[in-house]
Amino acid sequence: MTVLLLVIMLIAGRLLYPNFTSGQAIVDLLGKNVFLIPLAIGMTFVILSGGIDLSVGAVMALGSVIAASLLQAGWSPALVVPIVLLAASTLGLVVGIMISRFEIQPFIATLAAMFLARGLCLVITDRSIAIDDGFFQSMNLAHINLWEQETVNLRGRVRVSDVYTTPSVVIAMAVLVVAFVVLHYSRFGRTVYAVGGNEPSARLMGLRVDRTKISVYVISGLCAGIAGLLFAFYTASGDPVAGIGYELNAIAAVVIGGTLLSGGSGYVLGSMLGVLVLATIYAYKEFDGDLNTGWTRVMVGVLVLFFIVLQRLVATRRRR
Amino acid sequence: MNTARTNTARTNTSRMKTITSSRLIWPAVVLIALLLANLLWNHSFFDITARDGNLYGAPVDILRRAAPVVLVALGMTLVIATRGIDLSVGAVAAISGSWASMYIISEGGGSVGVVLIAVAVALLMALLAGAWNGFLVAVLGIQPIVATLVLMVAGRGLAQVITNEKILYPDNSPAYKLIGGGYLLAVPFSILLAGGIFALTAVLTRKTALGTLIESVGVNPEASRLAGVRARPIIFLAYVFSGFCAGLAGLMLTSNSTSADPNSIGLFIELDAILAVVIGGTSLAGGRFSLAGTLIGAFIIETMDAFVVIAISARSTDVFKACVVIIVCLLQSSRVRGWLLNVLRWGRPATRRRRPPSSAPTPAAADARPPATVPDAAGAPVTAPVKVTPSCAHHRRRAAPRRAPGNAWASASSSTRRSA
Repeated sequence: MTVLLLVIMLIAGRLLYPNFTSGQAIVDLLGKNVFLIPLAIGMTFVILSGGIDLSVGAVMALGSVIAASLLQAGWSPALVVPIVLLAASTLGLVVGIMISRFEIQPFIATLAAMFLARGLCLVITDRSIAIDDGFFQSMNLAHINLWEQETVNLRGRVRVSDVYTTPSVVIAMAVLVVAFVVLHYSRFGRTVYAVGGNEPSARLMGLRVDRTKISVYVISGLCAGIAGLLFAFYTASGDPVAGIGYELNAIAAVVIGGTLLSGGSGYVLGSMLGVLVLATIYAYKEFDGDLNTGWTRVMVGVLVLFFIVLQRLVATRRRR
Repeated sequence: MNTARTNTARTNTSRMKTITSSRLIWPAVVLIALLLANLLWNHSFFDITARDGNLYGAPVDILRRAAPVVLVALGMTLVIATRGIDLSVGAVAAISGSWASMYIISEGGGSVGVVLIAVAVALLMALLAGAWNGFLVAVLGIQPIVATLVLMVAGRGLAQVITNEKILYPDNSPAYKLIGGGYLLAVPFSILLAGGIFALTAVLTRKTALGTLIESVGVNPEASRLAGVRARPIIFLAYVFSGFCAGLAGLMLTSNSTSADPNSIGLFIELDAILAVVIGGTSLAGGRFSLAGTLIGAFIIETMDAFVVIAISARSTDVFKACVVIIVCLLQSSRVRGWLLNVLRWGRPATRRRRPPSSAPTPAAADARPPATVPDAAGAPVTAPVKVTPSCAHHRRRAAPRRAPGNAWASASSSTRRSA
């Protein structure tokens, strides 16, 4: 379903704008939304377990701000990266404990975490900090050539150029592969599905429900931390107000990717496709300068609605 | 999410009222403490001055800034009472605020008629948005978080489309300015407006059966359905009302700042509103709600903001809010309350009061006892559940045994809800 949608959207884009499906544009679909990939992956884990994480956008911003401020203070990137990941995971751990041990509803606990992360960002800095560290810059500027392509420019001349991607995209893909393996080929992954499918029966089966739930939020926090680093690579800055509304994008990607919001069923790869669908919508906006940003949001909303209603219909049919 | 919805049924309204009134004590104490803290920091905090016949001063300011939050939180209270949540209020506020601003600017502002039309249409749009949410939740049966998430994403997009991605400044209309920034009878009009809506809601829910119906739907949809309550229209209306309140808040916000930025009108107001509701003692699990508590909750948030801005720094308000949310939620959690009670009673003989007195009969023990006393084998299954029920319910609430029949309904429906 999602694949079909993606193909249709790409073809529509191709018809509207000639260069829409050129190799570089396709690769850039990933490159320009690279930080959305880990967010969507972390969110997939959480939603599969039957929860929701509204804090990822804020944690991402926090990650980028911590990285930027520490680098500004002269720390080495080799220290900064683990610190960011540790901080983000710790926040996830706190959220997970609140949810599983104290039975606070996931959305209110993560809402509090969102406030907390956003507030910490503002406490650290109230303006964007530029990063001039060589390592961070190279992560986004370095080109990894994939293949050569021929493009026809406006005057009809054929030009050969390299299709390239950046280390950031490679990192995101690595996260995707790890998540895929963990979720589909490990005991932990199966437990996540079981908890999301039916928590009481998972508990009765003797699965470690609490531990799984906590881990899921730690993973989500970790992924948000990775996203924060990728965001810092991408923008070469740490921005306390970055990523407002990204939690919604991540949820949208997961939903469009076919994961049931009630948990228990879905795929990481689907979320990846969901990110690509969102990226295609944003690409429309980029290719057509006149398009109002509002419409991209409305489009995302309509897509989410479509998939939710679809899920609902499938769920009711299955029950009969 | 489902696990947090403890299956307690509350039907006894008179007792409920006494509980509500005693529950309001804690938020009120916090509010007073915050006000005193403000006073300690700023000795002229309570000074209210009258200039040009209008009132000014920190308390008036807090009330005025609380007005939109109060409005949104009122709608949110009713929605939460039906076991829902409305995440789209900020987006709805953005839609109504930007539409009204756009219309007023395009018509040249000024006249009262234009403003009235703008307000009316904007509120109509907000009602439609609420009806949309209500349709998704009540008719299609989509989870409230998800259903309102759609409008939360798309709503701001619509607002951007309305304003054509510009920030509008409806600053040439004194009549529009009145809604959020003006004075009527020496009091800021927004306070009167929010107060009026509050009074109206209070009368509608407490003097008619509406409030009880909403609570019954929130406490246990299945039981209330069996009792003949039609949940759908009630849930639908709750969302419509929430949309209306959000729309009005949007008008207030844009009118007060005389600017309409679709990206920032009412940004995070849903969080403030939810926070106000939770602080006010309404459980997120639905059911019993307290409008007065919500009002106090909104005041607490604004007073806390004022205090943090004065005493610490404007930048750390979010961290403070987060900590308050966490603390309040932890206090609502039964496990933490149990710990606290144990800590408070530590060293006293009554430490084990929360436990059933006679060493907590396990189901097996209860099963085993009746055959010993009653030789009739058929008696065992009848008496055993009666013995077990109070001891199980005892862990949740002290008064649980009296609600045993309600509990039976609740647990029956909660198992059906799980599969839904």
